[in-house]
Amino acid sequence: MAGNEFNKKGVAMDKRMTTADIVGELRDGMTIGIGGWGPRRKPMALIREILRSDVKDLTIVAYGGADVGMLCAAGKVKKVIFAFVSLDFIPLEPYFRQARQKGEIETMEIDEGMMLLGLRAAAWGCPYIPTQIGLGTDVVKVNPELKVIDSPYDEKEWVAMPALKLDVSLLHVDRADERGVCQIKGNDHYMDDWFARAADKTFVTCDELVDSDYFNNPEESRYVYWERSMTSGVSLVPGGAHPSSCTPLYGFDVKHFKEYNASAKEGGFEAYYEKFIKGSTEEEYQAKVGGLEAIKQLPMPVY
Amino acid sequence: MSKDYSLAELMICAGSEAFKNDGEVLATGIGLIPRLAASLAMKTSNQDLMMTDSEAFLLSEPNPVGNRGDDYVQKNETWMGFSRIFDNVWSGKRHAMVGPTQIDQYGQANISALGGTYEQPKVQMLGVRGFPGNSISHANSFFVPSHNKRVFVEGECDMVASIGYNPARLPKGYSLDDVDIRLVITDLCVMDWNGPDHQLQLVSLHPGITVEQVLENTGFDVHVPDSVGVTTAPTAEQLEVIRALDPHDLRSKQLKDNPPGDRS
Repeated sequence: MAGNEFNKKGVAMDKRMTTADIVGELRDGMTIGIGGWGPRRKPMALIREILRSDVKDLTIVAYGGADVGMLCAAGKVKKVIFAFVSLDFIPLEPYFRQARQKGEIETMEIDEGMMLLGLRAAAWGCPYIPTQIGLGTDVVKVNPELKVIDSPYDEKEWVAMPALKLDVSLLHVDRADERGVCQIKGNDHYMDDWFARAADKTFVTCDELVDSDYFNNPEESRYVYWERSMTSGVSLVPGGAHPSSCTPLYGFDVKHFKEYNASAKEGGFEAYYEKFIKGSTEEEYQAKVGGLEAIKQLPMPVY
Repeated sequence: MSKDYSLAELMICAGSEAFKNDGEVLATGIGLIPRLAASLAMKTSNQDLMMTDSEAFLLSEPNPVGNRGDDYVQKNETWMGFSRIFDNVWSGKRHAMVGPTQIDQYGQANISALGGTYEQPKVQMLGVRGFPGNSISHANSFFVPSHNKRVFVEGECDMVASIGYNPARLPKGYSLDDVDIRLVITDLCVMDWNGPDHQLQLVSLHPGITVEQVLENTGFDVHVPDSVGVTTAPTAEQLEVIRALDPHDLRSKQLKDNPPGDRS
């Protein structure tokens, strides 16, 4: 359970949880937002925990990478709301691709910026945000839930991008304290702040758990992008973004992604899952991929 | 003029022309050759361009591509994370050069999926990414490394990811002139969308390429004006700038067999 139980007068909340506690909060059919971008700063330890659970029929909202691919491959997904699913240096995510080509999943395919607007609408309590994005394209044709409306102020038509209300968001951050103050020190926090704000509950894994005084230094608190009231639970999982990156702490694991990608051609996801995830704790998983120290040495990508 | 330049270098120089008269906009080249094209323009013909490091900073000078060594200090100008990119996109002050998998007669483009049905495509690709927002917000040019009928498709793209000059899809309150598609740089030629009724039109042929080759490899009619020039060969100065922007010669690995620029 989230630390809310300890929310007694005069006692600061302790939001520390295990990854199993967090996944225990998920229910079949929930809409789950996942932070990060492609192969970057994905809450992969939580994804692995979901893979080991019975949770199913999820609607996933993400700037997708292997998080989306793995959940699709494991049959956890009913619907994906996406603009892309990609590992960047491997452009096409192999298991998302398989799921789509088998016709296994429902989709809402939208522009990257539309997703941002949908998260903002949810965060702000608006039913929709008007935008020109999607007009003239198949985005307005293949998504029946996307309405085109007239404006009260001009003669143009506008896409009414609906709020993407999330039951839960799952994020990985560099540092957090036990009250849920979260820091992202990488050069980009992507849309994680909007995922946190668009969700009823946001659960976070972190590479380091710090004392609250850590944030007294404005050079540190400057990298906190949402208030702790948005964070329901925090789990310490050093290296928890692997095989995605958590710069500046570690880059993404090119070798591991290549093996993951190759498994789609030979062996399938079942073989990958058996080898790395099934029945393994996170520590055991990390030992199989070279250990936490090796993860922390993974070089940053060069663009 | 030396004939000693590669097709990749010719396409980089032809691509840089797209950005020459843009003024102060964010130039985004997706893929190595488009990125070098935008970088070349920023170093030579249009020094007012802006560019990112492909991650989170806006630069006052383009980064060389590939490994830059530990002592390289990039010329950061401001933070430009992905969420802020959209503030720029929607302002219209951007010109992207992108490499679609399909382009149709209307200039509509596709990177999402091919064949089958929407519910079950034959080939799932990236998804529409930023194409819908880019295409209705700011200028776009296309880069096509292999000019053929699988790219320049008959009819419409399997999934129309970006708005083009298609009257049947024109949104209420818009005119076709609101769409802004600029140059198309292929391995055969340079084209634009300034033919009659925004038809794709041949601008110049790369040295040694014929009009027939272009027409045979395009799945729809291309307007051929009375005079079609030859794509201008890179100058010595341009080649020097390109070598500095691409010190590891990654450009030589972009096109199959790294053909020469002059195929006459």
